[in-house]
Amino acid sequence: MKKVLAIVLAMMLVLSAAAMAETVKIGVFEPASGDSGAGGKQEMLGMQYANKETPTVEVGGTTYDVELVYADNGSSTDKAPSAAQQLVSEGVSVVLGSYGSGVSIAGSQYFADANIPAIGVTCTNPQVTAGNSHYFRICFLDPFQGTVLANYASKELGATVAYCLGELGNDYDQGLLTYFKQAFEGLGGTVVTESFPTGTADFTSYLTNAANYGAQVFFCPVSIAYSTQIVQQAASQGATFPILGSDTLDSNVVANAAKGTNVQVIITTFYQEGASPEFDEGFKAWLNEDSEAMTNNGGNDMISAVSAMGYDAYYTALEALKAAGSVDSAAVLAALPGVSLTGVSGAIAFDEVGDAIRNSAFIKKINNETGDWEFVTEQTVE
Amino acid sequence: MWNTVFPYLLSGISVGGQYALIAIGYTMVYGILRLINFAHGDVFMVAGIIMVYMAASGVPLWLCIPLVLILTAVIGFVIERVAYKPLRTAPRMSAMISAIGVSYTLQNLVLYVTGGLNQIYPTIPWISDSVTILGATTKMVTVVTPILTLILVVALVQLINHTKIGMAMRAVSRDFETSQLMGIKINRVISTTFVIGTFLAGVASVLYFTNYTTVIQTSGAMPGLKAFVAAVFGGIGSIPGAVVGAFIIGIAENIIKGLDIILFKAGVISGPMGLATFSDAFTFALLIIILAVKPTGLFGEKITDKV
Repeated sequence: MKKVLAIVLAMMLVLSAAAMAETVKIGVFEPASGDSGAGGKQEMLGMQYANKETPTVEVGGTTYDVELVYADNGSSTDKAPSAAQQLVSEGVSVVLGSYGSGVSIAGSQYFADANIPAIGVTCTNPQVTAGNSHYFRICFLDPFQGTVLANYASKELGATVAYCLGELGNDYDQGLLTYFKQAFEGLGGTVVTESFPTGTADFTSYLTNAANYGAQVFFCPVSIAYSTQIVQQAASQGATFPILGSDTLDSNVVANAAKGTNVQVIITTFYQEGASPEFDEGFKAWLNEDSEAMTNNGGNDMISAVSAMGYDAYYTALEALKAAGSVDSAAVLAALPGVSLTGVSGAIAFDEVGDAIRNSAFIKKINNETGDWEFVTEQTVE
Repeated sequence: MWNTVFPYLLSGISVGGQYALIAIGYTMVYGILRLINFAHGDVFMVAGIIMVYMAASGVPLWLCIPLVLILTAVIGFVIERVAYKPLRTAPRMSAMISAIGVSYTLQNLVLYVTGGLNQIYPTIPWISDSVTILGATTKMVTVVTPILTLILVVALVQLINHTKIGMAMRAVSRDFETSQLMGIKINRVISTTFVIGTFLAGVASVLYFTNYTTVIQTSGAMPGLKAFVAAVFGGIGSIPGAVVGAFIIGIAENIIKGLDIILFKAGVISGPMGLATFSDAFTFALLIIILAVKPTGLFGEKITDKV
């Protein structure tokens, strides 16, 4: 009896091992909680939708099921290393993420040590890919984004004084503020920069500062949780200056906060609804039939740019797997630099640093009556 | 000059009033149990979350507010009965650790319920309206907060000084065991203390989140910590001390955020120095200085050595 049982158990082990071999794991290194939780979830939605659309990939003649393995980096640089280690020990072939540059940098070394390539989806700080060979990214960079916004503020809005506000110790915020400052001062403007400590909810004094300095634009490339506070408090203070933001503000949560107020919110982003009607339609249909996905999207079916980027990142990973002809992470790492494809957000190819070759960004603003994002222009910087 | 300083003062008084309402909860519980209730800031946050979900489920707002206040008081009562009462005879450190446990339990429960997404607090009519006072535009709640805080504090002081339960509270805070021997039902007194403290935290949450409309699971941490500093600053155990401490901290913190521009306009400095960054550092530096120089705080109890 015992022998039979032992044989059955051994068979089950072999069978399950055989079943395991048919699966390729893609790590999802994203914040599901904390200040960037809302953004991270929207980025994951794009990957989940892509995974639903294309659940298998053919690598070296074998068809693999693609399994997304999630690790929550909690939007914080001290939780990111353990989330990264979790993915490494799961044996993922490639990692996608993260939303937020600080956490990407914090997790980077663990992927490098395990020879696992990582594809940054919307982490825009140059430090993410600089000085390493395993981190790639499919979005534009902060120097570019900061320059685009500074040009827009100076040339289109005619501003000469800008007030910049970022979170203390946040690589993303502080990086963007520096690039904005450089570009804006280069165009002959003056910039006042201040920082607030993590966990701040009261931005009234910072808004008063901006008014007192005579700022004509208020630039705050901060997390969604802070930007909703800033937008609402600006509304109740009757602020007259427009609020400029970066890709982090591109969320319907922020649009809802500005709905019914007089605050102008203008941002740069990766994708604008309408650029790929096929993707828009499919994604919305999916949101409408999956109530949990709908909740994670903020309760409506507006498409965040980060979702489109998550979608593109998933397909970039599949292309890399195909090109590698193996699910071994080292092979994928070797194949990634040569990968190119056309995603919904545009053409994707990598330069020698591992950054996406892109030279244009979408600028959009909130329609205060409907609470929707509206396309303004597509800005190109050479 | 006045026009420059006034908006900061206004923000400071408003946030100070909200800290004061939270600080009273810390100080009352400490006065009676010698326990620092670390879960207090999280009860404040939970009150905010309950409001968000109640309003979203279609309960009319005029009914939401009293219901939230009652529910918050009930939560305070339950926390005391479940997490602190069984530890009444245990060393004080055990109750403190239990309080930290409650704090994390509440945060993680809310994380689970909200899925880590920030919730937008419902707009309460009238107190959410914009109003212009002496050239500064702000929300009505900014003006309402200090007034409401003072009314509640005066009512509370009356309750403590002129009612039977208030007398019992004073007796228990003086000497736990003796008052028990004198026939005071101390469990009732302690429960009442918790109910009052959490009720005030509930009021503070309505005022605070009307002003700063985003609620996440960590929303209670910073206000809770600052209110705690205010309670220590004013002399923990003293209600007027907590209120004065809270207003001082609220105002000082906001003035520091605007100090650059104030000094700049006054001609003291020639360019921004980045002082705004130190607003929180100031609060906690103050805590250290107070503890080092006057450990009992501004209005703290005098320690008399019994011979």
